[in-house]
Amino acid sequence: MIETINIHKTFGDNHVLKGIDAQLKPGRNNLIIGGSGSGKTTLLKCIVGLHKPEEGEVIYDGENFTQMHFVERVPIRKQIGMLFQSSALFDSMSVQDNIIFPLNLFTTMSKKEKIERANFCLERVNLAGKNKLFPAELSGGMKKRVGIARAISMQPKYLFVDEPNSGLDPKTSILIDELIAEITEEYQTTTVIVTHDMNSVMGIGDHIIFLHNGQKWWEGTNKEIAHTNNKELNDFVFASKFMQAAREKL
Amino acid sequence: MLYSLGRYILLLRLSFKKPEKFSVYWKEVMREMVSIGIGSLGIVAIISVFIGAVATIQTAFQLVSDFIPKAIVGTITRDSTILEFSPTISALVLAGRVGSSIASQIGTMRVTEQIDALEIMGVNAPGYLISPKIIAGVTMIPLLVIISICLGLLGGYIACAASKEVSVAQYVQGLTDGFKTIILQVSMVKALFFGFIITSICAYQGFYTSGGALEVGQSATKGVVFSCIFILFADLVISRIML
Repeated sequence: MIETINIHKTFGDNHVLKGIDAQLKPGRNNLIIGGSGSGKTTLLKCIVGLHKPEEGEVIYDGENFTQMHFVERVPIRKQIGMLFQSSALFDSMSVQDNIIFPLNLFTTMSKKEKIERANFCLERVNLAGKNKLFPAELSGGMKKRVGIARAISMQPKYLFVDEPNSGLDPKTSILIDELIAEITEEYQTTTVIVTHDMNSVMGIGDHIIFLHNGQKWWEGTNKEIAHTNNKELNDFVFASKFMQAAREKL
Repeated sequence: MLYSLGRYILLLRLSFKKPEKFSVYWKEVMREMVSIGIGSLGIVAIISVFIGAVATIQTAFQLVSDFIPKAIVGTITRDSTILEFSPTISALVLAGRVGSSIASQIGTMRVTEQIDALEIMGVNAPGYLISPKIIAGVTMIPLLVIISICLGLLGGYIACAASKEVSVAQYVQGLTDGFKTIILQVSMVKALFFGFIITSICAYQGFYTSGGALEVGQSATKGVVFSCIFILFADLVISRIML
C-alpha cells in the first residue's frame, strides 16, 4: 500500500498541492482525477519521487520514501513500473531493448531469459513479434502498450500511469484501460492512474480521488460518483451533455 | 553564475557514482566512442588538411627573405599545427558537431520524459547518460587531434608539392629540425581538457533543459557557445602554464 500524508508542493508562489492525504491500496485501480492545473500529475510525481514535496510524506508499505536518498530508494524503484503520458520510450533502442533495459541493469538473467521475458511482455500487451521495431515506427497506441510492457517487465509491485488515454482514439483508450485493469488484478499491483478521461473513471475506477485547487475534494468509487452531490465533482465529471444523459440512466 | 557552477559540479559528481552494472555502462562508452571518434573523423580530416596547407602557404608568403632558410616554413607549420591549429580548431569544430549533438540528445530525453523514466527505474541518469560521453570525449578527442596533426602536416606537404615557393625536401627538413616533445605533450593536455569541456558542458546544458523543442535548441546553442569560450580560456591557461 502507498500512503501520502499531508503532501504540500509549491512552484514559486503557486501552491499546487495543499495537504493531500490518500491511501492507495494494492489490487485496485486508484484513479487521481481533476481539472487541468488541479495538481494530479504533480501529486503523481511527488509519489514516485520525481518531485520533492515541501511538506508531508510518502510511505511505501511502511517505508518512508520521502526521507530516503537516491541509493536507498533503488530497492523500491525496482518494484515500480511507470507509463508516462508521452510513453517515454528510449528513441535509440528497439522495442525489445526498451523492455529488457531494466532487466539488463538490475537482474542477472541470461540473454535468452531476457528475450523470453520481453516476448512474454509483448504478448501480454498484444504486440507479439514487434521486437525489432523502433519507437518512431509505432503508433500512439502501440507506444503506450510498449510502455506498459516495459513497466511490467520487472514484475512491479507498484504501477503508475500518467494520462494513459491522451491522444488515443476511444477504442484504443478502452483497450489500454482494460489492459491496465487486467494487469492490476493479475499481479495485484498498487496501480495509480492520473486521468481526466471519463470512460476510464466509469470503467475501471475502483478508487477515485478527485483533486480540486490542489486539495482532495472527494474520494469514492465509480459507482458512488454518479450519485454524489459534490458540486465541483459533478461539474467536472458531468460537464458534457453525453455524460449528463448517461447519468440520468444510471 | 555561482548557482550554475555549483549545479555543474554536483552533476559531475553524480555522473561518476558507481554504475549499477559495469557491462551496460561499458557498452555505452563504446557506443559513444564510435559516435564521437569515428563520427567526427571526416570533418576533422577535411579541416586539418586545409589548415595545414593554408598555414604552410601563409608562412611561406610572410617569410620571403634570403636570410631566412626555407626549411623554417616546415618548422613553423609543424609547431603551430601541433600546438594550436590541430587541438584548438578541431575542438571548436567538435564543439559544434559533438557538443550540439550531446546537448540536443540529452535535452530531448529530458523534455520527452525519458530521463524521468530512467530515474523511476532507479537508474542514476547522470551516470548512465553523461559519464560515457565524458569518458569517450577525453579518450577520442586526443586521438582525433593526433590524426589531425598528421593530416595537417600532410596538408602542408601537399601545399609545398603544389607550389614552388618551398620544396618538399625543405619542408620535410623543417618538420624534423629541432623537434621538442613538450609541444606534443601540451597538445595532448589541451585535447584532453577540450574533450572534457565539450562533453561535460554540453551534457550539463542538455540535462537541465526544460520546456520543449525551442528550449532544446537553445540548450544546444548555449552548450556550443560556452564550450567554445571555455576551450579558448583553457587554451590560454594551459599554454601559459606549460610553455
